[in-house]
Amino acid sequence: METGRAPVARTEATPAALSSSDARLRRRKAVDKAARWVIAAIASTAIAAVALIFVFLLREALPIFTSSTVHEEVTLGKMLFAQEWRTGEPPYHAWQPVSKVPKYSLLPLLVGTFKVAIIALLFAVPVSVLGAVFTSELAPRRVREFIKPAVELLAGIPSVVLGFFVLMVLATQVQDIFGFQYRLNAIVAGIGLGLTIIPVIFTLSEDALTAVPPSYREAAFALGASRTRTAWSVILPAASPGIFAAIVLGFGRAMGETMIVLMASGNAAILSWDPTLPVRTVPATIAAEMGEVVVGGPHWTVLFVLGVLLLGLTIAFNGLSGWYVRRLRAKLGGSA
Amino acid sequence: MIEAKRYRKSTIAFATLSGSGVVVILGCLALILVDIFVHGLPQLSWEFLTDSPRDGMTAGGIFPAIFGTVLLVLLMTAAVVPVGVITAVFLHEYASPDAWYARLIRSAVYNLAGIPSIVFGLFGLGFFIQFVGGRIDALFYGGQVVWGQPAIVWAALTLAVLTLPVVIVATEEALRTVPRENREAALALGSTPFEALWKVTLPQAGPGILTGAILAVSRGAGETAPILFTGAAYFLPHLPTHPTDQFMHLGYHVYVMATQSPDVEATKPILYGTVLVLLLVTAALNGLAVWIRYKLRRTNP
Repeated sequence: METGRAPVARTEATPAALSSSDARLRRRKAVDKAARWVIAAIASTAIAAVALIFVFLLREALPIFTSSTVHEEVTLGKMLFAQEWRTGEPPYHAWQPVSKVPKYSLLPLLVGTFKVAIIALLFAVPVSVLGAVFTSELAPRRVREFIKPAVELLAGIPSVVLGFFVLMVLATQVQDIFGFQYRLNAIVAGIGLGLTIIPVIFTLSEDALTAVPPSYREAAFALGASRTRTAWSVILPAASPGIFAAIVLGFGRAMGETMIVLMASGNAAILSWDPTLPVRTVPATIAAEMGEVVVGGPHWTVLFVLGVLLLGLTIAFNGLSGWYVRRLRAKLGGSA
Repeated sequence: MIEAKRYRKSTIAFATLSGSGVVVILGCLALILVDIFVHGLPQLSWEFLTDSPRDGMTAGGIFPAIFGTVLLVLLMTAAVVPVGVITAVFLHEYASPDAWYARLIRSAVYNLAGIPSIVFGLFGLGFFIQFVGGRIDALFYGGQVVWGQPAIVWAALTLAVLTLPVVIVATEEALRTVPRENREAALALGSTPFEALWKVTLPQAGPGILTGAILAVSRGAGETAPILFTGAAYFLPHLPTHPTDQFMHLGYHVYVMATQSPDVEATKPILYGTVLVLLLVTAALNGLAVWIRYKLRRTNP
């Protein structure tokens, strides 16, 4: 380490200058060493953040198992299974936290969350994947350089603005055209959500398509395949794990999105798969109700349980998406 | 001949089908932008940008919301940029890519980027407000609630955690554009690794790092869900001057006016004006970041 420069300094320096330059070198090395440690320590913040998110969500959610005051109103069993809310009536699922008998059934919220996310996918997947195929396979360079920033612009629109647009403009238009009974329903909320996940699915699909090595394309052309045939039979199958990863990630995003569903879904916790009914999702429930609950009370605890559930679901979907990305890389021989 | 015709037909069909995807995306984008500009632009005036709301939000301006958003984002940037840049420096300059610790950090960043924004709101409430704020109050204020309540500092820190992956990813990309030789030249001239980083690598990666900071600001300015219960308020008579003050915010203003206004028609013009301002702020920042990045790519292919 030190041998490289020390001899040069020795031959030219007087003893006094030598000791001072030695001291400077030592100080510079000490600074270097300290910087290394400080940088490594600060780089751990991301790990600490994820750990703290888990710890503090669980900390506030845990009373669902342990607290007797919480158990007077709600238990995990009551959240999961249909309850006989009124004596003599058959048991059913209901989410009505603010009522004489608070009801905290998870099922209506879960069905609502998945329903809206699936509608969002039905809208966003065809549009984004087709768009990505066009952009990577057909579009001339200049068109591509216009499309990609436009998609980035869409990605940069705050979700509260999209929620506003769906609430004030789109919902009325859709109702005028299709005559739905409810202006705000799962379909319009799903379209709004679709707008937020289109950039995600488009960008990742486009990346996957361009990651297919040129040799695949050249081989197909050499065999006489048309552009169409090459795209459908060679490029798309080769990129399919990446496109699937994009869709899974988009689904995870759609489940966790808050502002659009909060503003444009009608927020009624109805247990039904009917897409024309208003719907209430897990994130919208947290956002709408957290402002008015007693700190540490049963309702507070339940909302943190919802948070833990949402966190678990999205981490699972992100993990699945990452797994498909690694499969894409393995498939394309590490060139992706 | 027949073959060639079929060829061309299938190509046209393919182009039409896949092109329709692009058309729908660009069409939606255009619809949204046109609607908001057409209704919002007449609202923009000096008075609207510098006045407080009056008459139950049906008149006046949105200055406190602009001020609150800017202050929030500045606090967030001060917290997130140093941490994000240093993390990226560690990952790209210090750790070997296969080291377990670097992989752990990468996995944490990846997961952090995927956590829904409302969960960050819960985290801010449970950790910053209840835990950190509550402890400060118990230790220094004898249990009197000063820090243990929604406040601009907690909202800013919550947003800083949320935007951390944005800064890290952009900074790493910026560091990748600095040629290996430049570092090696600095080391060969006798600088320590830290001096090479400080005097050669970081300055050269500067514009790319700036891009990351701008993207984080744009993202932070637009996020509403994490600040719903960590510090945003619908109306405040005073501007925030202390870290524990609450604040007004453009996104929150839009949310409340659009969903809880007793007379939507009366507040609609102001609502459109607010949406346009929010959109202009975030889009302008985004556009700036995209422009810098494209320029950088052109100069360092």
